[in-house]
Amino acid sequence: MSLTPALELKGVRKVYDVAGQEVVALDHADLVVGADEIVVLVGPSGSGKTTLCSIAGALLSASEGTVIVDGNDITSFNAKQLTTFRRNKVGFVFQTVNLVPFLTARENLLVVDELAGRSGNRKAALKRADQLLGELGLADRRNNLPSQLSGGQRQRVAIGRSLMNNPGLVMFDEPTSALDSKTGEHVVDLIHHEMKERGTAAIIVTHDTRITKFADRTVRIDDGVVST
Amino acid sequence: MRLALKELIRRPGRFVAAAVILTLISVLLMFIGGLLDGLLDSSTGAFRIQRGNLIAYSASSSRSLPRSRIPVEIKDQVARVEGVKSVGGFSTVQVAARPESDPQTRKLIPTILIGYELPPRGLPGDSLDKGSVYADSALKSRGIKAGDFLLLGSPRIPVKVIGFVDDSRYSGQISLWGSMETWSEVTQAVRPGSGGTDTVQALVIDDTSDNPEAAKRIEDATGASIEVLTISEAIDSLPGVATQRSTINQIIGVTVFIALVVISLFFALITIERTTLYGILKAIGASSSTLFLGVTSQAVAVTLLACSIAGLASVGLAVFLPPGTLPFSLSVGRVALSVGLLLFAAIAGCTFSLRRVLRIDPAAAIGE
Ligand SMILES: Nc1ncnc2c1ncn2[C@@H]1O[C@H](COP(=O)(O)OP(=O)(O)OP(=O)(O)O)[C@@H](O)[C@H]1O
Ligand SMILES: [Mg+2]
Repeated sequence: MSLTPALELKGVRKVYDVAGQEVVALDHADLVVGADEIVVLVGPSGSGKTTLCSIAGALLSASEGTVIVDGNDITSFNAKQLTTFRRNKVGFVFQTVNLVPFLTARENLLVVDELAGRSGNRKAALKRADQLLGELGLADRRNNLPSQLSGGQRQRVAIGRSLMNNPGLVMFDEPTSALDSKTGEHVVDLIHHEMKERGTAAIIVTHDTRITKFADRTVRIDDGVVST
Repeated sequence: MRLALKELIRRPGRFVAAAVILTLISVLLMFIGGLLDGLLDSSTGAFRIQRGNLIAYSASSSRSLPRSRIPVEIKDQVARVEGVKSVGGFSTVQVAARPESDPQTRKLIPTILIGYELPPRGLPGDSLDKGSVYADSALKSRGIKAGDFLLLGSPRIPVKVIGFVDDSRYSGQISLWGSMETWSEVTQAVRPGSGGTDTVQALVIDDTSDNPEAAKRIEDATGASIEVLTISEAIDSLPGVATQRSTINQIIGVTVFIALVVISLFFALITIERTTLYGILKAIGASSSTLFLGVTSQAVAVTLLACSIAGLASVGLAVFLPPGTLPFSLSVGRVALSVGLLLFAAIAGCTFSLRRVLRIDPAAAIGE
C-alpha cells in the first residue's frame, strides 16, 4: 500500500438536531482507508452509512473529531472550501442516478470539468470523457440524453462522472440497489475494474455480496458505531 | 452559466410562459414610453427647435404664453444686456385652417400661427414674405403640399405654405411659422382688438454669456417686468407637460414593478423545481454563486429575447402607424431605457431566489 491514506477519520461524531432532540448518526468513528483500498460499508438502515460517506466526501462537516482526506485536514473547512475540495478531490455515485437531464452522457461528464473552470483545456477534458465512456462501454451512447439510456447505462455515466476529476477517493452509496441483478453485476465489475486500474480508493455502501467478494475489507456500522 | 444557457436552448418549453409575459410587458413599456415621447414631441417642438437658449414671458403671466404681453421696448432693453447675442419676438395665435382646395370642409385643421423674429432651426434666415408660412411637416398628412394655400379662421385669410419644418408642433397643434406682420394681420382679423405690433407674447433670447445668472441679469435689466426661463424650464411649464410626464412615468414604474414580480415568482418556482438538480451540482462541486449566476443569466436571456420581440413590434408600429393618428414616437433612447429597466427588473427579481439557492444542501443530494 502506498504512502498517504485516502481517508482518516479520528473520533468523528455527527449529531443531528431533530426538533430539539439530538440524533447521533455517527459516534466516535475511527476509520482509515488506504490509498488504493476498496472498503465495503455494511449496516442496517439508519445506522449512519450515508452520513459517514457524506463526511468523508466533504459534503457534511463533522460535529466532532478529525477528517483527513488524501492528506488534507478538512475538519474545519467552511462551506466554500468544502465545495472546492469536492470539485477537485473526491467523487460520488449516488443511490439514485442523478444526471443532469438535459445534458448528453458526455456533457454530464464534462460538467465536472466546467464547474472547475478548467474548460480552458477543453480538448483534454473531451479526451478524458471519451476515454471514460469507452471504458464503461458507452462510446456509442455518448450523445444520448439520460432519458434515452437504460438504468444501468445511467449508473455507468454516473460512475464516469465521479471519476472525471481524477479523485483519490470515490464514495458509492448503494450503487446497485436500483438495478436488476444482471445490470448490477455488470456495474459491479466496472467499479472493480475502474478502481483497481486507477488505484483509486473507494468506500462502497452495499449489501451486494458480489461487491463484498472483491472488496479489500468490510466494515460494519451499527447505530453510528464503526467496528472493523 | 454555460449549463444554464444550454438548458434554455434545449428545454425552451419551460421558459415560454415567462417569455410571453415579459414580451407583453416590454411591448407595453415601449408603447407607453413611445406614447409619452410622442405626446411631449407634439407639444414642445416649437420650443425645442429654437436656436436661442432663453425664453421670456411677462412677469405677470405666470409663465403662460397666451397671457403674456411684452411691450417691444423691452426687447431693446434685453438686447443691450451684456452677453445677449440676439433677441426676437415670439407671438402665437390659435386658428382653425381649411385647405383652399376644400373650403367647405368640416374637418378643420387645428393650427397655431407663430410669428417669429429669430429663425429656429429648419427655417430660412431671412424674414418670410407677408402671407407666406412654413408649416410643420405633420400637415403633409392632411394632403397639403408646398405651394398650397390655407384659409385661416372664420375670415378665411389665405396664407401660402412655402415649405415644411420637422418636429415643430406646439400644444399638440400643427404650427405655421410666419413673419410678425403675417401674425399681426391674422390675429387682428380673427381676434379683433389684439394683434397690435406694439407688443409681442414672448421673447426668444440667444445669450452667449454662458452665465448661470444670465436670466436674472436680463430680468433685472428690464426692471423685473419679464421672467426669463431656459428652454427646458419653459417646456416644463407648458400646460400638461409636467403632469403627462409624471403620470406616464408612474405607469412605467408600475409596469417595471410587475415585470420584477413576474420574474421573481417564475424563477423562484424554477429554483424550487431544481432543488435536487442543484443539490447534485453542488455535490459535484458547483458553488452557489455559479448556480445563481446561471439563474440570472437565464432571466437576462429571456428578458433580452422578450425585449427584441417587443422592440420589433414597436418599430413596426412606429413605421406602419398612419401619420396623425396616434402621437407615438419611438427613439433609440426610449428603447434602450425600456431594455435597461427590464434588465434591472430581471436581475433584481432573481435575487429573491438567491437565498433559496444558497440554502440548498449538497448532502441532501446523496440521500434521495
Ligand atoms: N439531515 C438529517 N437530519 C436529521 N437526522 C438525520 C439526517 N440525516 C440522517 N439523519 C439520521 O441519522 C441517522 C443515520 O442516517 P443515515 O442516512 O446515515 O443512515 P443510513 O445508514 O445511510 O441508512 P439507509 O441504509 O436507510 O440509507 C438516522 O437515524 C437518520 O434518521
Ligand atoms: Mg443511506
